[in-house]
Amino acid sequence: MSKLSEAFKNKKALITYITAGDPNLGTTEKLVYALEKAGADIVELGIPFSDSLADGPVIQASHLRALKTSLNDVFKLVKKLRKRTRIPIVLMLADNLVVKYGSEKFYLDAEKVGVDGVIIPDLPPDQGVGAGIGVDKILLIAPTTTEERIKMIAEQSSGFIYLVSLAGITGKRKNLSAGLPELVQKIRKYTDKPIAIGFGISNPKQAAAAAKIADGVIVGSAIVGQPLPKVEKFVKSLRHAIDR
Amino acid sequence: MYKDLPDSSGHFGKFGGRFVPETLVPALEELASAYEKAKNDPEFKRQVEYYFDTYVGRPTPLYFAERLTEHYKGAKIYLKREDLAHTGAHKINNTIGQCLLAQRMGKKRIIAETGAGQHGVATATACALLGLDCVVYMGEEDTHRQALNVYRMKLMGAKVVPVNSGTKTLKDATNEALRDWMASSQHTFYCLGSCVGPHPYPTMVRDFQSVIGREVRGQMEKLPDYLVACVGGGSNSIGLFFEFLDDPEVKMVGVEAGGAASLLKGDPGVLHGAFSYLLQSKFGQILPTHSISAGLDYPGVGPEHSNLKEAGRVEYVNVSDKEAIAAFKQLSELEGIIPALESAHAMAHLKKLAPKLDSSQTIVVCLSGRGDKDVEGIKGL
Repeated sequence: MSKLSEAFKNKKALITYITAGDPNLGTTEKLVYALEKAGADIVELGIPFSDSLADGPVIQASHLRALKTSLNDVFKLVKKLRKRTRIPIVLMLADNLVVKYGSEKFYLDAEKVGVDGVIIPDLPPDQGVGAGIGVDKILLIAPTTTEERIKMIAEQSSGFIYLVSLAGITGKRKNLSAGLPELVQKIRKYTDKPIAIGFGISNPKQAAAAAKIADGVIVGSAIVGQPLPKVEKFVKSLRHAIDR
Repeated sequence: MYKDLPDSSGHFGKFGGRFVPETLVPALEELASAYEKAKNDPEFKRQVEYYFDTYVGRPTPLYFAERLTEHYKGAKIYLKREDLAHTGAHKINNTIGQCLLAQRMGKKRIIAETGAGQHGVATATACALLGLDCVVYMGEEDTHRQALNVYRMKLMGAKVVPVNSGTKTLKDATNEALRDWMASSQHTFYCLGSCVGPHPYPTMVRDFQSVIGREVRGQMEKLPDYLVACVGGGSNSIGLFFEFLDDPEVKMVGVEAGGAASLLKGDPGVLHGAFSYLLQSKFGQILPTHSISAGLDYPGVGPEHSNLKEAGRVEYVNVSDKEAIAAFKQLSELEGIIPALESAHAMAHLKKLAPKLDSSQTIVVCLSGRGDKDVEGIKGL
C-alpha cells in the first residue's frame, strides 16, 4: 500500500492544495509544515503554469504570482521538506511542464526527492500515463465522465481517485453538486481505491458533507493566497468538520 | 499519404491528440462522433454547400495579379480572394460548417474565441444566420486593437466578453472559452476558429477550410508551382495546402509572423489540448507573443502544420512587422486590394520568392482576409 492510500486508513483524508512559490518558496515551505500541524493528511503542491486551463481566478492568479518557480525549484523544495516531514506530497501540474522537463526524468526525479503522487489534469489516461513506477498517478473523474471511462480510470488510477465535484473550473461554489453520492456509487462498482472529492469545496460545512460521501476531501482555492495564521486556523476547522 | 491523416486518435504523426481535463473528454468524443456522422451524410454536405454558394459567395475568385507579377518580373502571381467571402475573410467557411453541426447536435448556445475579431465576427454571423445564441471571448487588449469588430459582433446579437487573464490576447481568450465549455458542454457548442485545439478540431476546421484549395485546383489550368499562405494557428494555409499535399510537384510555403513564429522558433509541447510546436520558456511556460497582426498573435500552431514541418512537406518562413506593413501598402497601391495584415505576411514573402522564378511558373497566395479592420491601426504608423 502506498503512502498515499495509507493516508485514507481509518479516517477521512484532508487534502490541501497550495501553489508552490506563491509568493515565494520560503512561504511555501512554512505553509507545508503549518498544513500538517493543522491536520492535513496530504499536501498537493501546484506547479505554476502560465495557462492553467482547469483553474478559476484564485488559483490562476496564484500561478501568475509564482510563475518564476520552476519544476527544478519545487524538486529542491520537496527534498528540503523531506528532512523534516513525512506528510505525503502530491504534485499537480500541466502536462506541458512534464513534457518540457522530460517525462521519464520527471518521474525519476520526483521519486528521488520524495514525491508520493502526481496529478496531471490535462493528461487523461487515454493519452498515455507516465512511465514512473515509484510515484502514484492520480487520475480524475468528472461528472461528465461516461461509465466506460469511469471503469478505465478507476482501474488505472493509483494512490486515490480524484473526483471532480462539478463540471467546470476550480473555485468557490455556493453548494456542493447534488449528484455526488450517485457518482461515488458508480465508481465504487469498479474499485475500492480511495475516492477524494475536489473542486468547489471552500468551507467546513461543504467539507463535512463531501467527507460523508467519499474517503477524502480536497480544498484549494479557499486556502491559496491566504496568510499563514489564517490558513492554519481554517485547516483546523476543516479537520474538525470532517472528523465529526 | 498526408491526406490520410490524422489517425483515429487524432494524431498527425506524433502531433495532435486530446490533452484536456477529463471534464471535456466526453464532450470531445460526442463532437467527434457527431462530426463523423455529419461528414458522411449527403444532406449535411448539401447544407454546407448551399450556404457556401448562396450566403458566403463561393467560389471566391482566383485573381491574376498582373501588376504585382510585372513588378517582381518572375513567376505569375495569383491571389485566392478569400477577402471577398462574406464578412471579409476565410473564417466564415469554418463557422458555417461548425454552426450547422451545432444545430444538428441540438446545441443552441455557441461560444468562440477570437484574436483579430475575424473569427468572432464570422461566428456571430453564422449564429445570426441560424438563430443561435453567441458568446465570443476576446482578449481585452484585442478588443481595443479591433474595436470595430467588437461592434460588428454586437450588432449581430453576439455577446462579447473581454478577457483579462494572462496576456489578454488570443491564447487567453482560448483558455476562457475552454473554461466556459468545461461547465457548459451539455448545451453549448464550442466553435473553435483555427486548426488548433484537441481532436477533432484540427481535422474539422481543416476539412471546412479545404474548400479553398479544392476551388484553386479547379481554377488553375495546371498545377501551381507554389502555394503561399500566412500561418498563425494555420487555418487558411491548411485550407489552401490540404488539397495539394499529395501532389509532390506543388511546393508550399507557410509564412509566420516575426514575433509569433512557433514553428520556426518554438519547440513541441502541449497547449490548448494538442501536442504541437509552441513558443515556450526553457521551463515550459508559454511565452507572450508580439505581432502587429492580432490574428497571428498566438504562441501555438495547428498540429498538422507541425507534422508537415517535421516531414519537410511545407517550408515555413518568417516575415517581420515591417515587411508585412510594406506588403500591405504595396498590394493596395499596385492592385487596389487592401489586404488584412495577416494576409500581408503571405504577400511579403513574394519579394523573396517571385523574382527567383520565371514567367512559366505560378504562385498562388491565399489572400485570407480584407484589410479594412487594419486601416485605422496602420494609419498612425
